[in-house]
Amino acid sequence: MIPLGHYLIVSAILFAIGTAGVFLRRNLITILLSIEIMLNAVNLSFVAFGRQLGSYDGQIITFFVITVAAAEAAVGLAVIIALYRHRESLNPDAFTSLRW
Amino acid sequence: MLALIPLFPLIGFVINAALGRRLPKSISGAIACAVMVASFAVSVMSVLTLVGLPVSERVMEQTVYTWIASGDFVVDMTLRLDPLAALMILVVTGIGALIHIYSTAYMHEEVGSEFARYFSYLNLFAAFMLVLVLGANFLVMFVGWEGVGLCSYLLIGFWFKRKSAADAGKKAFVVNRIGDYAFVLGMLLLVVRFGTLDFRQLASVVAALPPEQGMFGVVSMATLLLFIGATGKSAQIPLYTWLPDAMEGPTPVSALIHAATMVTAGVYMIGRNAVLFSHAPATMLIVAIIGALTALMAGTIGLVQNDIKRVLAYSTVSQLGLMFLAMGMGAFGAGIFHLYTHAFFKALLFLGSGAVIHALHGEQDIRNMGGLRRYLPITYWTFLIGSLAIAGIPGLAGFFSKDEILYETYHAGHWILWTMAAVTSLLTATYMFRLVFLTFYGERREDSHLAPFSSHVHDAPPAMALVLIVLAIGSAVAGYVGVPSVLGGQNRLGEWLEPSFQAPGETAVAGGFQAETAVAGGLQASGVETEAEVENAALELRLMAISSAIAIAGIALAAFIWVRRRDLAAAIATRFRGLYRLLLNKYYVDELYDAAVVKPIRTGSEHVLWQGVDEGVIDGAVNGTALVVATGSGVLRRLQTGSVRAYAGSMFIGVIVILGFYLWR
Repeated sequence: MIPLGHYLIVSAILFAIGTAGVFLRRNLITILLSIEIMLNAVNLSFVAFGRQLGSYDGQIITFFVITVAAAEAAVGLAVIIALYRHRESLNPDAFTSLRW
Repeated sequence: MLALIPLFPLIGFVINAALGRRLPKSISGAIACAVMVASFAVSVMSVLTLVGLPVSERVMEQTVYTWIASGDFVVDMTLRLDPLAALMILVVTGIGALIHIYSTAYMHEEVGSEFARYFSYLNLFAAFMLVLVLGANFLVMFVGWEGVGLCSYLLIGFWFKRKSAADAGKKAFVVNRIGDYAFVLGMLLLVVRFGTLDFRQLASVVAALPPEQGMFGVVSMATLLLFIGATGKSAQIPLYTWLPDAMEGPTPVSALIHAATMVTAGVYMIGRNAVLFSHAPATMLIVAIIGALTALMAGTIGLVQNDIKRVLAYSTVSQLGLMFLAMGMGAFGAGIFHLYTHAFFKALLFLGSGAVIHALHGEQDIRNMGGLRRYLPITYWTFLIGSLAIAGIPGLAGFFSKDEILYETYHAGHWILWTMAAVTSLLTATYMFRLVFLTFYGERREDSHLAPFSSHVHDAPPAMALVLIVLAIGSAVAGYVGVPSVLGGQNRLGEWLEPSFQAPGETAVAGGFQAETAVAGGLQASGVETEAEVENAALELRLMAISSAIAIAGIALAAFIWVRRRDLAAAIATRFRGLYRLLLNKYYVDELYDAAVVKPIRTGSEHVLWQGVDEGVIDGAVNGTALVVATGSGVLRRLQTGSVRAYAGSMFIGVIVILGFYLWR
């Protein structure tokens, strides 16, 4: 059986990749995808801990996260489309003021 | 049944206040008069019931509801009729009803809504005055006390479009508040010390105590505070200045409120708490001194005033001073007796002056009158009777009551106060007959700047004339309820009132007045005259002769100066210009109060309270808070860059720091 540590290391790597994506990319869609990667990194550690502890709680909460992530992606994409219509840009630095 | 007495005028007030502007004048006037007459009828029935009871049980009570119940402290909305209250309700409803009737004629030039407003105030006043008189404890009395103050304000300022009237109303209200403040403090002191505000309970408790020595006992302080309240309501030094200004109101109001009823509330209050005051000799002396001083001072001012109503106003202040003198001497019966006779002749004099003013279309300056005897015969004769009564001519009402006050004062050994009261009597006769001679005698003054009035001068209309005649009869005969025993009479009024001045169940007589009636009773019962009694009787007769002589001298003086030698008055005024100016300007008391009280308060309010506290502290606190928030936000605003990555970065760093804290702790 693959030990828990391996799963956690993979999870940490995925989370770091996602975080880096959020900070470094200049495209809103990419940032959204990076957030999805971070969420999935967390999902992976939930499932791994659940298996390690012989509990289904980890998997149950993962389903919740997947559901919320789906909703978040839908809302996020809708917001991005609306923003694009206003500014013809997907660069987050174009949206620094609260009103225009 | 007692509750009906104040309830009737209250109903009249509600009707006239709610529907008055839609009712024709005749109906709103009729309602106002009808409720007063009804109230008078109920009062008479109640008093007759009271008369039927044995002397020791002459108390009727009605508890309407429990007003305050807080632990041991209970105040009921209780009305109580005892001999003193009985006399007062008869005066208030009787003279009140007459003045209502008089008003229907006097105010007929007002438009409908104003007319109804006037009568609603007048009815409300009567209701509050009856609550004041019938209240069985201080708090119920205080409701009436404040209520009549309110109505006084409303009625003085009835013609509020005239600035002087509005100002006079405010002045009366504010000056009364000063007294009321002390009154409330006095009540609080009584509650704290004795735990009750009921007059009878207080009297029982205090009667068991020995009379207090010195100034600073609880009873002395409480009565002194109550007396300060009385100086406000009853226009005594130092709070009398509002009453002369109150003459801005309609004349019937001056007659009802500022002569016959409301201003006597202070005297009544002392009579109601006779037991308390008797146990505070220091307060009693202060009451007597203030009363005598006020009587003398107001009398001298009245001598030179030129406004017919102001002369009467100062006369009222002066007569109230005499009542307080009597109260302070412990002669409660004499004070209340004078209150009762004064109500008749002063109401008559005010209403008579009202008839003069009415006939002359608003002229109030006696320098512009003269010779009115021919045009206004009814007014002249009734006014003359009133003047004779107040001057103290033997046989008329004022003689008996004023004489009793003078006798009691002399009998108590205060010959300085007696001299002051005697001089006041002389002044009273003089200024009253100055008024009579200047108004009704001689020829019309040619220097009158007004249009000639002889053509449309008409005597009082029937409603007014009737009231004047009734009051003139009252002024003539009202004194016969208290004829002193040396004149072969019997002081029925004094005997009737006596139980009210004693603690419940107390039979021992105390104080000069009661002692005198006891002497009188003894005389009649046994027929044996001791040496002291003979001496007292002789003294009383001597004093009576002196006061009659004083009254006649005063009238003769007035006749000599203002009828025979008109030039003399002017000559005296020029000769003693300083004194004349001092009196004409009312001893500059208004100016003094203005400089000593009003100005400092205004300046203090402006520079300290307004510009300092309001603008500095309160506005400063508000503006300062806003400034701090604005400056702080200016700094914090820089954090909100709008860059999503900057937010995310700060969150990331925050998480790292928190995790680091827990890991390396």
